[in-house]
Amino acid sequence: MTKAITVAGLHKSFGRTRALDGLDLAVEAGEVHGFLGPNGSGKSTTIRVLLGLLRADSGAAQILGRDPWTDAVEVHRRIAYVPGDVTLWRNLSGGEVIDLYGRLRGGLDKARRADLIDRFELDPTKKGRAYSKGNRQKVALVAAFASDVDLLILDEPTSGLDPLMEEVFQRCVEEERDRGRTVLLSSHILSEVEELCDRVSIIRAGRTVESGSLADLRHLTRTSVTAELAGPPNGLAHLPGVHDLDVQGHRIRLQVDTDQLTAVLRSLSETGVRSLTSTPPTLEELFLRHYQDEAAVR
Amino acid sequence: MSTLTGTGTLLRFALRRDRVTTPVWIAVNALTVLSMPSTLQSLYGTEAERTDLVRQLQTNASFRALIGPLHDTSLGGLTAWRVGVYAGLLAAVTGLLVVVRHTRDEEETGRAELLASGAVGRRASLTAALLTAAVANGALALLITAGLAQQGAAGALSFGLGLGALGMVFATMAAIVAQLTESARLARGVTSAVLGAAFVLRAAGDSVKTDGSSPWTWLSPLGWLENLRPFAAERWWVLLLFAAAVLVQAGVAYVLAGRRDLGMSFFPARPGPATGRLGSAAALAWRLQRGGVLGWSLGFFLAGVIYGGLTEGAAGMVGDNKNAREIFERMGGQSGLTDAFLAAMVGMLGLIAALYVVASVLRLNGEETSGRAEPLLAGPVSRLRWAAGHLTIAFAGAALIMLLAGAGFAVGYGKQVGPILGACLVQLPAVWVIGGLALLLYGLAPRLCAPASWGVAVAVLLIGWVGPALNAPRLVLDLSPFGHLPKLPGGGMEWEPVMILLGLAAVLAGAGLAGLRRRDLTG
Repeated sequence: MTKAITVAGLHKSFGRTRALDGLDLAVEAGEVHGFLGPNGSGKSTTIRVLLGLLRADSGAAQILGRDPWTDAVEVHRRIAYVPGDVTLWRNLSGGEVIDLYGRLRGGLDKARRADLIDRFELDPTKKGRAYSKGNRQKVALVAAFASDVDLLILDEPTSGLDPLMEEVFQRCVEEERDRGRTVLLSSHILSEVEELCDRVSIIRAGRTVESGSLADLRHLTRTSVTAELAGPPNGLAHLPGVHDLDVQGHRIRLQVDTDQLTAVLRSLSETGVRSLTSTPPTLEELFLRHYQDEAAVR
Repeated sequence: MSTLTGTGTLLRFALRRDRVTTPVWIAVNALTVLSMPSTLQSLYGTEAERTDLVRQLQTNASFRALIGPLHDTSLGGLTAWRVGVYAGLLAAVTGLLVVVRHTRDEEETGRAELLASGAVGRRASLTAALLTAAVANGALALLITAGLAQQGAAGALSFGLGLGALGMVFATMAAIVAQLTESARLARGVTSAVLGAAFVLRAAGDSVKTDGSSPWTWLSPLGWLENLRPFAAERWWVLLLFAAAVLVQAGVAYVLAGRRDLGMSFFPARPGPATGRLGSAAALAWRLQRGGVLGWSLGFFLAGVIYGGLTEGAAGMVGDNKNAREIFERMGGQSGLTDAFLAAMVGMLGLIAALYVVASVLRLNGEETSGRAEPLLAGPVSRLRWAAGHLTIAFAGAALIMLLAGAGFAVGYGKQVGPILGACLVQLPAVWVIGGLALLLYGLAPRLCAPASWGVAVAVLLIGWVGPALNAPRLVLDLSPFGHLPKLPGGGMEWEPVMILLGLAAVLAGAGLAGLRRRDLTG
């Protein structure tokens, strides 16, 4: 598979603030790639480097096989971008803005535009500030999804959208993937990323800390188990991979490394199980683990 | 909770935010005024020179239109006459900027919403904005009164109070306009246009009457200032006019503010087309700037018509006072008083065109910092192409408004059409140098470019308007590109400085564009 985006060892500082500190990112062509990280971890800075708006201090970046800074215009013909906070011109209507972005890229699909406006329930005749935050996002989303490009770069695109529109957005991204387009989705909404993304990269303080498919990442994480037992638990604490064991009489709660789950279940069934809940690791836990690590480092 | 809860906190907050800008405006204004008595002493030292000046002003309508009539020949009276209009304009601009910054600007950016959700009364933000303006204008009044007290306490007090009150008239006017318009830019533009109209009314009134008694003059708050007659048997009751205007306007602003929702205006945006025709960055730039270009075009054309209409009267200016004539010639012409008058008026419009070019170039910065440029530049639009649209409007627009000023002179005066058009166009190299400098600052230091560019424009304005009358050293006058232009009509055309200025403008603009291409985008 060819790479849509490759970033290696990217550094970028603003004065004394180090925004990117050796960041790596690889996005395969045709995949939906989740880009996760706490606020201020460098997601938007990375995207702005990829868009040729910022110049990296060092490191390599390629987008669609080209240099994002020197070949900016050529690259931009093949990508669409939705920022997390869309600002519009006060005296231009949403429809005018959508068509402007479309024309700049050489025209957009009229039928698709109409369909998207309908699905997102957008009023294209309103002007600039008459739109709410969510509706401003919709203007940018319609412009992006209606354009004929190879790569979509979405930077927290659904901030301000209601759950229904969030649904519409997710379906649009799936359609893009089905057409073979690549999507880089930076998001805070982990359920959205879990739903849509083939692979994710988690970054923290300007570095990539985890990257891979969700299945890969899940493998590295813990399942939480709550059970009510027939008798007092026996030897659980000594099993490998068990964490945060909490015993209250016959009730237990624990976290277990997912690859050690079998041994734990065997031990529980030896004691006798009255009820059992097991929750697979969510992306949120994955995310929180890195987030909390960061807090611990501080 | 009272409707004024939180006013004190907001006021302190506003004063803290303004702690640099507003004091600079006030200091520039006060220093200009307070430097006058000694300068005027050297220019009009003897009784004979002052009598001569009075006679000139009685015969010369255009001189009165520019500066106003003289009511008293004491140093205080001369000071109030010489700088009254300019100090008044500066005070008015200070007042309107302060109020718009703390009202509509805050709402437009959404900052007001956060504040309004706190323990803040409904009327607190408008009150705090007006009080901030009152503090600024109070400080100005105090400085002028104290600084001119030597020339006569009553005169100094009336002049100081008059300037402060004038500032408050336009502060409260801006408070009304800020309720009506949805954007801060438009609020500033409309209030400035009212100020411009006040200047024109006063100029027209003073050109027909020698003592400021024309009804045109009385219609203008700038005319009230001269009719307050500082240092010339003060008419204290005129202050009541200021007070009434301030109170009525503030009242209207409060009523309007109470009847609308936060962030909304009385002229909400109408629906626009569902599809658009804009297809290029240049078309977008024109769409964004066309309203401004239209306003400036209209203003310059009307100014040309009015000054053209005053030109005939200028020939009457024959005085024995060498100094006065020297100043006037230094302000523009070399020979022939009509030509000198025309050259001075066209030169003044050239200086004002520098404000246009700075405002227009800085649109790039506004688009960038607001985040609106980012999605465009993330599209297939290079930075140069994006900038080119706005810059064409800035640089060609300056030529357009100067040409329209020339057309205005043709309508108002009707003679020397060609030479006057030439005089209008010869201002452009200097205007473009200022535009190039603004572009350079934008390309290299985007965070500084707005205050620095406006600082340059205002400095050039001060050098061109007040510098010659202050006997400023040649070194200072030479700093302004306008000082190097040939004095047309009347003087001979000199190509060398024009070509040098054109080259300089091109170099500045090129360096600015190179900087823009290389740097990180802000925002």
